[in-house]
Amino acid sequence: LARRCYKQWLWFMVLFMSFSVIYVDAVWPMPQMISSSMARYTLNPREFIFQYSSGSSAQPGCSLLDSAFERYFPLIFTDYRHDEWFRFPFTVVVHVERAECEGYPDADSSESYKLSVCSGQAALRAETVWGALRGLESFSQLVYQDDFGEYFVNETKIEDFPRFQFRGILLDTSRHYLPLHAILKTLDAMSYNKFNVFHWHIVDDPSFPYQSSTFPDLSSKGAFHPSTHVYTQIDVKRVIAHARLRGIRVLAEFDSPGHTQSWGKGQPGLLTPCYKGTVPSGTFGPVNPANSSSYQFMTRLFKEVTSVFPDSYVHLGGDEVDFTCWKSNPDVRGFMLKMGFGTDYTKLESYYMENMVNITKGLNKTAIVWQDVFDYHEKIPVDTVLHIWKGSPGQIQQELSSITLAGYRVILAAPWYINHIDYGQDWEKYYTIQPLNFTGTEQQKKLVIGGEVCMWGEYVDATNLSPRLWPRASAAGERLWSDERMTSSVIDAFPRLVDFRCRLLRRGIQAEPLFVGHCRHEYQGI
Amino acid sequence: MIATLKFTALLLAVVVCRATQDYGYKDVEEPTLGDSQYGSLWPLPQKVQMSTVAFKLSGVSFQIVDAKESSSGASCSLLQNAYRRYDEYIFPISRMQGQNKKKAFASVSELQVWITSADSECDNYPSVTSDESYKLSVDSPVAVLKAPKVWGALRGLETFSQLVYEDEYGAKSINRTEIQDFPRFTHRGLLLDSSRHFLPIKVILANLEAMAWNKFNVFHWHIVDDPSFPYMSRTFPQLSQQGAYHPYTHVYTPSDVKMIIEFARLRGIRVVSEFDTPGHTQSWGKGQKDLLTPCYSGASPSGSFGPVNPILNTTYDFMAMFFKEVSTVFPDAYIHLGGDEVDFSCWKSNPDIQKFMAQQGFGTDYSKLESFYIQRLLDIVTTTNKGYMIWQEVIDNGVKLKSNTVVHVWMGNKFEEELQKVTEAGFTTILSAPWYLDYISYGQDWQKYYKVEPLSFNGTDAQKKLVVGGEACLWGEYVDATNLTPRLWPRASAVGERLWSDKDVKDTNDAYSRLIQHRCRMVQRGIPAEPLFTGYCAHEYKGV
Repeated sequence: LARRCYKQWLWFMVLFMSFSVIYVDAVWPMPQMISSSMARYTLNPREFIFQYSSGSSAQPGCSLLDSAFERYFPLIFTDYRHDEWFRFPFTVVVHVERAECEGYPDADSSESYKLSVCSGQAALRAETVWGALRGLESFSQLVYQDDFGEYFVNETKIEDFPRFQFRGILLDTSRHYLPLHAILKTLDAMSYNKFNVFHWHIVDDPSFPYQSSTFPDLSSKGAFHPSTHVYTQIDVKRVIAHARLRGIRVLAEFDSPGHTQSWGKGQPGLLTPCYKGTVPSGTFGPVNPANSSSYQFMTRLFKEVTSVFPDSYVHLGGDEVDFTCWKSNPDVRGFMLKMGFGTDYTKLESYYMENMVNITKGLNKTAIVWQDVFDYHEKIPVDTVLHIWKGSPGQIQQELSSITLAGYRVILAAPWYINHIDYGQDWEKYYTIQPLNFTGTEQQKKLVIGGEVCMWGEYVDATNLSPRLWPRASAAGERLWSDERMTSSVIDAFPRLVDFRCRLLRRGIQAEPLFVGHCRHEYQGI
Repeated sequence: MIATLKFTALLLAVVVCRATQDYGYKDVEEPTLGDSQYGSLWPLPQKVQMSTVAFKLSGVSFQIVDAKESSSGASCSLLQNAYRRYDEYIFPISRMQGQNKKKAFASVSELQVWITSADSECDNYPSVTSDESYKLSVDSPVAVLKAPKVWGALRGLETFSQLVYEDEYGAKSINRTEIQDFPRFTHRGLLLDSSRHFLPIKVILANLEAMAWNKFNVFHWHIVDDPSFPYMSRTFPQLSQQGAYHPYTHVYTPSDVKMIIEFARLRGIRVVSEFDTPGHTQSWGKGQKDLLTPCYSGASPSGSFGPVNPILNTTYDFMAMFFKEVSTVFPDAYIHLGGDEVDFSCWKSNPDIQKFMAQQGFGTDYSKLESFYIQRLLDIVTTTNKGYMIWQEVIDNGVKLKSNTVVHVWMGNKFEEELQKVTEAGFTTILSAPWYLDYISYGQDWQKYYKVEPLSFNGTDAQKKLVVGGEACLWGEYVDATNLTPRLWPRASAVGERLWSDKDVKDTNDAYSRLIQHRCRMVQRGIPAEPLFTGYCAHEYKGV
């Protein structure tokens, strides 16, 4: 069957040359290579199956793909009625080279896949289950309904792989607590957009919702509420499992030494007491880097964190450290003297971050840190990943150049601070970013491993998260997955994104409109 | 306003923490947070006297009842429904069952609602002259809410529900309080646009609900416009058949409209419909041939259409029949006739119109043609015994208006001058210009809306009296059911207080403290009102 399909395919390739094909536009983000024809096939929910190919290393029992089949059936047949009649059987045959059905996606997981749709059958081939998930998503987006509710898919051939390995979304659960269902829903939408990293900025100054089994006081004293506004170990496991099934890594961030006000509530002695003249003022600054107990605490906490979060990377933060409190504290000043740091507090911060990176290394994890850590010229292992979050476009390019020149890998977040809102179609701004537009060698450009959309939480909670995130983040999603030349036009992207946002709505994602218009099925909540 | 004693217990536990860094956006002005002596009241009543003496509300026995002396009774379903609604707001979890235990503490066992005038207006529609004043006296064992009409009782019930808070053991409590209240402005409106995006009924109803919590009293329904015509007309069904986004799923049927009007009435909210002409009518043209002006490209029609064609008698026949229907469907005494942003280029291109201009002696002044159209339209609407509202351009363009016209000021720059001009000409006016809530920006923009003073323009007292209120507008270019509610609330609440409370209520710190709690209350009542800043609500939004 597969061979016959291929022959037909060649015939249709000729056909494309003469027809402009509308259904090429269906998939978001745009696959690397896609072509389709006007030949369309009916899909009937009663006669539609997913099947493992006989040679596939993944076979029934592969929980990851079994549950993906279960998920994608209703995503494809959005208003499945139990029709009694059927005409056209259709099978999606999935072939996976290496079945890591029980594993976690990681930094080097392959996500490439090939999809070929022809009469009665679609063949989906992928090296890994993660690639199979991306292919299922693409297939589901190829299916459409006519005015009578009948489902169709056009003859299509796709070869696809991500442009960038790291395609993340940051949610901030400290400035506002996000109920579990809001996080899970975001993970669903991420998979529809082929994002693969959930960067969980789980704690920060305002609150500490992560319930630590080693240090339960951190959340019982540092969360907004000790029982309603925390993530229990079961919650965290659920997020990780939900993400895994969608091929999404969960990257936990425990930002220190700054952004730690909430930590201090449950861990006395951790933060630096600020002084007013010769007496403590009663307020606290960053983590106290002069106390060895700080590092003992961090070692124990990160030992827990790295065992709870299976990803081989952990985010250590390291941004925006305010030195005024350290400067005011006589013990910290004494430590500076002892270490020979003079009055250069960036050296003290370097010292702290070096210790943190080493703790992480000792736990066999790779550290990701915000760009500040590089800016202070700290001695950090060369496998550390730098995360760019600030600056004008020119400064960002400069930062990309210098970080990659120093041989570090880098993730770009600065242009995608999506919490900053504006009137009008700001998705265009996110869409037209060129992550590799900086001065550097080919080798340097390879060190840009991806990008991240950040939704900081000052003004965002469960009431407005989804519509503020989608479809604006979708613009970044395509930038990070697709070929830049194929997707450089905002004008071409607009109608595709309009359709895609209606598809998101249909799948229950509260994605806001791009402009005047309508969806066949409007959002039914409030 | 008198507040003799400090009110410390809060209805909802709310904490706001400051993020010391906000990632490069340092220009956001943060009000300082303290407890307001007025608890979570929003909008602030005209006169509040609150004591620290607290009473309990029993989950078993507390009830809202008609006072014996009240002119309203069990037959007034408007109030009976309101009692049930507010009972559920006060006790959101199902009421405890069982025997009423002997009370060991002072409690409030009843809220008696007393309609003092002979005609409660229970079965009326609220109108521009409806009396919304009330007096509320909370004491043990009985609290009394006195209002001349049901409309004031509705406002008072909302206020009563805002006085109730949970003590540290979770028991419902209320402090001894005396309130005298009335609105500063009679027209406190909210505009929703159901043409640029269709808004499902559910969304409109939910927002009417939230309007009542913020003491808004006018739903300005900008129901049709260029992009779509979702109003299903009985007289001209083809208007929505052809002009809606979808003839069945994206329309408001007569029964939908009826339901919305009744839902609004039960909350003391007027529904003022807007059928904007002669511009903003592209969608009308699809279902009504020859209504719009054919535009010309040189000597031949270009295939596109402009504003309503003002030179044909058929246009006026259509409008007469159409507005006759509208005036019976919408019971309010006012209809909004639009009249904004008329683009003259199409009229100019059309040879028939040019001829007509010459015949009428209008020269090349197309605002005279607009005036001609509006004049005839106003005459038509007058025969339906309705008053009308129009956008400010109509008066700016020198159209002669009847003295009872309400002019709606919407243009952003120099609204003070416009108010001065309009009121000098003796017209009643409402203000929207500073309250276009569809314009979003990063940070706490509610303060901008809050700080507007509608009567800041130069004018006599008589002129100022002509400003009957204002409206928050949420135009629909970028708004549909997915984001409407969090975009509107609590930003519109800032406008709500400006229009209801005394002009001296302008302390943003005090407002911030109350508004944070008010937004958490809206969230708890099921409305996804977005946060003002970092912090939390005891009961977070449970939707998606």
